[in-house]
Amino acid sequence: MHIGLAQLNPVLGDVAANLEKHREWMKRAAAENVELLIFPELSLAGYHLRDLVPDVALTPDSDILSQIVKASKDMSLVVGFVEETPQFRFHVGAGYMEGGRLLHVHRKVYLATYGMFDEERYLDAGAGVRAFDTKFGRCAMLICEDLWHPSAPYLACHDGAHYLLAVANSPGRGVRGHTLHTAETYERICRVYAQLLQVWVVLVNRVGFEDGVNFWGGSMVVSPMGEVTARAPLMEEALVTADLDIDEVRRARVFAPLLAEEELELTARELRRIIDDRSRE
Amino acid sequence: MTESVLINAELVESILTRFIHEEVTKFDFSKVVVGLSGGVDSATSCFLAERALGKQGVVAVLMPYKTSSPESTSDARAVVEQLGIESTEVDITPQIDAYFDRFPDADRVRRGNKMARERMTILYDMSAKHRALVLGTSNKTEFLLGYTTLWGDMACAINPLGDLYKTQVRQLARHLGVPDRIVKKAPSADLWTGQTDEGELGFSYEEVDRLLFAMIDERKPRRELEREFDPAFVERVARIVQSSQYKRRMPVIAKVSARSIDRDFRYSRDWGR
Repeated sequence: MHIGLAQLNPVLGDVAANLEKHREWMKRAAAENVELLIFPELSLAGYHLRDLVPDVALTPDSDILSQIVKASKDMSLVVGFVEETPQFRFHVGAGYMEGGRLLHVHRKVYLATYGMFDEERYLDAGAGVRAFDTKFGRCAMLICEDLWHPSAPYLACHDGAHYLLAVANSPGRGVRGHTLHTAETYERICRVYAQLLQVWVVLVNRVGFEDGVNFWGGSMVVSPMGEVTARAPLMEEALVTADLDIDEVRRARVFAPLLAEEELELTARELRRIIDDRSRE
Repeated sequence: MTESVLINAELVESILTRFIHEEVTKFDFSKVVVGLSGGVDSATSCFLAERALGKQGVVAVLMPYKTSSPESTSDARAVVEQLGIESTEVDITPQIDAYFDRFPDADRVRRGNKMARERMTILYDMSAKHRALVLGTSNKTEFLLGYTTLWGDMACAINPLGDLYKTQVRQLARHLGVPDRIVKKAPSADLWTGQTDEGELGFSYEEVDRLLFAMIDERKPRRELEREFDPAFVERVARIVQSSQYKRRMPVIAKVSARSIDRDFRYSRDWGR
């Protein structure tokens, strides 16, 4: 599978302008024969939305989302947006589009609400992590803070994902080391997940500034052996392409059948016990 | 320098130059004006702005008062020359003296604040003249200690240095090639003859930056701070930080409606950009 990592800089709160940007990047990706183009978290909306959330929210049948879904006839897409439900709830959504259809929406489960983050004030958390079948194989999507909870990639991979598609709006901070502290930690966890869960991990992070906050980019592809095989620059818009082969997943799992040997029953049993013990506290 | 406050200056430069470029150009500007005193903060801001926007993108404004040290002005001119940027000199003596002729018994704090605010009005006028944004030069140490003049030297559109402690600004300045004598000289608001920051504050930037880093960035509780620092020093600095909180906030608005600005009317500054 020939994928494109669309490390772009969206306009804050201007969905129409971002739709145009998506079209431009799709054209560029088509010229490079990209089969699956992955945009970052909230690529149609921007990040620090605050009271703009209801203004930029899209229902699956909205005109803008329909236009993007239609464009997936020729190239599969992952697009980030604020999803509005029939109950007028708002989620950080990542949509997987293929063959002119919206195949799957992942709703961000872990809304960052600490330190510089305030997501849960404006948005509702998703209720599940699911893998889904695509024409390239089984995929699962995670959004930014989801990655900081190992249970999320764990569930996705035991649900059969060969490709973990992670999208992010990660702000850069920590300037003491050889690179941004956030860039370093994201690479570390992506490599650990890829290696332990024996999947391809693709991270697509945005760039640009919002109110002085920088998004560091540094999108990357990590092989099921835990090696970084493609990397976008820090802090600059870039379309990076990479080839992901499902045979690499097979090779990793033949070499060490970590996933197959996982005791899911034991994990479920012990989790149940822990939850019950806690509820008695 | 103490290990804890060390920065990767090259990385910081790349963030701050991108910050200046993006936050200026997305509002359809291409220039900044900087009040250049000859001190390390404003010199560093000029260097960053020149790298972000080019020579044509920076106008340095020198605004000495009659008691300002001649070295300040010559250091500022050296920065202008080294960077090859446009500059304007506005001697603020006539307008300051005209005002205090009416209040001859005003103390030096009033005079100092007036000078800082006079410079602010000049910077904003110059920003209109050059169709530019005002680039701030205050650092994190000054902000946290409230060692600034409200609506004076704090006033700006964007500020690249506000999340860097003074000692980190010095480190960045060295990396950028700011003249050594500017980096090394005793920091001063230069509001009266012989004034130095460290003399007025009663501690050195090295000491207080180390404490502020532990207190603010590392969020260490009091008992941990008191193991590393003199408890009286910790107490004094903690009080200063708390009592200057008002300077770091927008003015308080009395709430009467269902949706008041910034409380429940919440939009980012970069809304639509």
